[in-house]
Amino acid sequence: MPTFNREISLTLGGEAGQGIQTIEYLLVNLFKAAGYQVYATKEYMSRVRGGSNSTTLRVGEKTLAAPCDRIDLLIPLDKDSLSHLKNRISPQTLIIGDKTLLGEDYPVIDVPWGKLASQAGAGILANTVATAFICGMMELNEDLLNKFLAAYFDRKTPEIVEQNLNAAKIGLEWGHKIASEREIKIVIQPQPQVKGQILLNGAEAIALGAVAGGCNFVSAYPMTPSTGIFTTLAQNAEKLGLAVEQAEDEISAVNMALGAWYAGARALVPTSGGGFALMVEGISLSGMLETPLVISLGQRPGPATGLPTRTEQADLEFALYAGHGEFPRIILAPGTLQEAFTLSAKAFNLADKCQSPVIILSDQYFVDAYYNIEKPDLAQLKPEYHLIKTASDYRRYALTEDGLSPRGIPGYGEGLVCVDSDEHDETGHITEDMEVRSRMVEKRLKKLEAMKDEAISPTLLGGDDYRNLVIAWGSNYQVVKEALEGLNLKDTAFLHFSQLHPLHRETAKFLSKAKKLILLENNATGQFGKLLQLETGIKIENRILKYNGLPFTVEEVTESLKSLLEGGLE
Amino acid sequence: MKTTYDMGPIDIAWCPGCGDFGILDLVKNALNELEIKPEELVLVSGIGQAAKLPHYLRTNFFNGLHGRALPPATAIKAVNPGLTVIVTSGDGDMYGEGGNHFIHAIRRNPDITNLVHNNMVYGLTKGQASPTSQTGFKTPIQVGGVSEEPFNPLAVAIALNAPFVARAFIGDKDQSKAILKQAIQHKGYALVDIFQPCVTFNKFNTYKWFKENTYYLEDSYDPTDRKAAFAQALESEKLPLGIFYRNDNRAAFEETLPAYRGDKTPLFQRPVNFNQLKQLLDEKQ
Repeated sequence: MPTFNREISLTLGGEAGQGIQTIEYLLVNLFKAAGYQVYATKEYMSRVRGGSNSTTLRVGEKTLAAPCDRIDLLIPLDKDSLSHLKNRISPQTLIIGDKTLLGEDYPVIDVPWGKLASQAGAGILANTVATAFICGMMELNEDLLNKFLAAYFDRKTPEIVEQNLNAAKIGLEWGHKIASEREIKIVIQPQPQVKGQILLNGAEAIALGAVAGGCNFVSAYPMTPSTGIFTTLAQNAEKLGLAVEQAEDEISAVNMALGAWYAGARALVPTSGGGFALMVEGISLSGMLETPLVISLGQRPGPATGLPTRTEQADLEFALYAGHGEFPRIILAPGTLQEAFTLSAKAFNLADKCQSPVIILSDQYFVDAYYNIEKPDLAQLKPEYHLIKTASDYRRYALTEDGLSPRGIPGYGEGLVCVDSDEHDETGHITEDMEVRSRMVEKRLKKLEAMKDEAISPTLLGGDDYRNLVIAWGSNYQVVKEALEGLNLKDTAFLHFSQLHPLHRETAKFLSKAKKLILLENNATGQFGKLLQLETGIKIENRILKYNGLPFTVEEVTESLKSLLEGGLE
Repeated sequence: MKTTYDMGPIDIAWCPGCGDFGILDLVKNALNELEIKPEELVLVSGIGQAAKLPHYLRTNFFNGLHGRALPPATAIKAVNPGLTVIVTSGDGDMYGEGGNHFIHAIRRNPDITNLVHNNMVYGLTKGQASPTSQTGFKTPIQVGGVSEEPFNPLAVAIALNAPFVARAFIGDKDQSKAILKQAIQHKGYALVDIFQPCVTFNKFNTYKWFKENTYYLEDSYDPTDRKAAFAQALESEKLPLGIFYRNDNRAAFEETLPAYRGDKTPLFQRPVNFNQLKQLLDEKQ
């Protein structure tokens, strides 16, 4: 008798265009509305039709926010899904689908989606049947499902709504029927706090966080995986008062953003590695003009076009060193969706204050993953503006103690705002005076201290008296956290970095306290480990690296940590 | 003539006799006559000898990267439509390195003036061919003479329905000033390609050559006729000067932005709309 207590992992597989995303969308929202903790992650091919894609949903009583290998329920919409997901299918996995389609390789609980859909009125209703089937198995409230479907198909004709409600009825009945015939029990208690929470993905968190940080100008060129950020902002441009423009290329996008900041707006440029490569001259220009800039860099595997729809953390060194010449920058890498929202907002304050480029480093996995979080407290996120009204003797690059010259904008005050990509004097005019040059270099580099003053401390999870310390950054926060909670080791702590540059001044202290350091990164060369060594002199010998295009799963991290820790335990 | 734009004694990097001096005077006088305040003007340029012009008059400027004047200029105007924005750069900067931005800025149609100093040669890098160099023009790089077809900025601009397309020659300051003033006053993108001899690196397209090889469009010429304008832009025996084309029916880029639909406040003066943001977050509940 298969029983699932407190949590279930559900995977949908199929071709692009078969409607997995519709089922995913309906289910995550239904589960959330029913008061369950919910999480969804997808992996998909770079094509519009065909291929093999999958989405995994985790539904439970405690916060779920990391990928897992385990599949409790698998709904394959085509036969290829079985071979595509074969490494994740275990003897405990319940495979539910159309037996005539799926063949005899695996034991399948036969539910003929297509036939049921035809009964409801049309083959296209298979997605609704499947959604309702799962609701039926989990004994979700029928009214809730009907309300959702009616809202989802709101803009369609009454006939279509009717058909979908029929399909839902059939799906629910089948769900109940199969659950009772096979004695499948799914016992998950709704959590009262979930109701007031919001459900969003990384792209939405970054986009809306940017708005909270005062972003009002967006220039971008579409590129997976950052298109979601661009889309979210474009669709709400009028409501939120944003100028959103699709540039002819990434070079234009970044130069527009600099023009916008120069004129007093707060501009965001969402992109991915290949687009970021084209923006490198713009990052250098931001360094020279001391015009703020915020770039959201969603990483995907390279080099070049790489795996366009997959994930990696291999652009850290690129982000760190992009741009000719020497100038400081800030690199942030949120670990949770809450942090994506707050750090995205903070990025604008930091860029404005430090008059430098700020890069928000995320990745495909992170921007596409959904889960429920507490609603951000907007009252805590008031933008901090650092603009001044200029006087007639204004000098844009006036030399100051900390290297930060008060920043004015054209048309606001009596002064003139002159900025130049050439080396310039305090007024912003071109110069080749070597003494001025040296002072300006020093001025620009001094801003690194202001950045360090603002640097975000890494987050330590676990006791202070750790012997082993696991280190990760950005999107790997949740997966390491869940793996370590499962392992429940008394002498092991987790240090997560959501700011990668400049590092917090206490970083070395955290590292030197541990007897054993373990680094986990989604790349092949341990880029953050190299950066930590450069900054602290401490070399991390134990590395868990993954670079096949997929994110780490809880099981993988658990196994890797186990073997590394067992080997080192005295 | 004294103008509010004069900077006093400054060190100018142009060669004696350079056409850029004429353009500097022209810009200052046109702005003076239009009574545009230096504080409410932004000059935007890329890289090259022409792109240094903003350093030689008293106003706001954004002297950016090679080929990249148009994107920031578009954004500056969008963020603060109250500013007058003029892009002033050379033929290499605008039509070579920045060629893609030239095409798409015209499609986008921000209310900016694009003044292109066209001397048919690269000055700052010392005498290589530019996109507008004539076929056969010999340089230290193009030793056998330029083999490419010269870029025709006017024909391209008219093909893209640029709402204001003109050509001037700095040898005629009065006419050039009249053209530039109209370009600045025109709502939408305005191209003024201005012939400007390079006295050091282009010994072929000299003041004399331009004088002998140009003529003004006739008074009876109708600049609203796009096909006629295109035909004029294709003239190559002798090169016409004047306003080739104007179209007053295109909305400016910044006017089309949803952000300005219900609210004309410049972006830089707007607070975050927390009510709307809160509502969006509530919808995710």
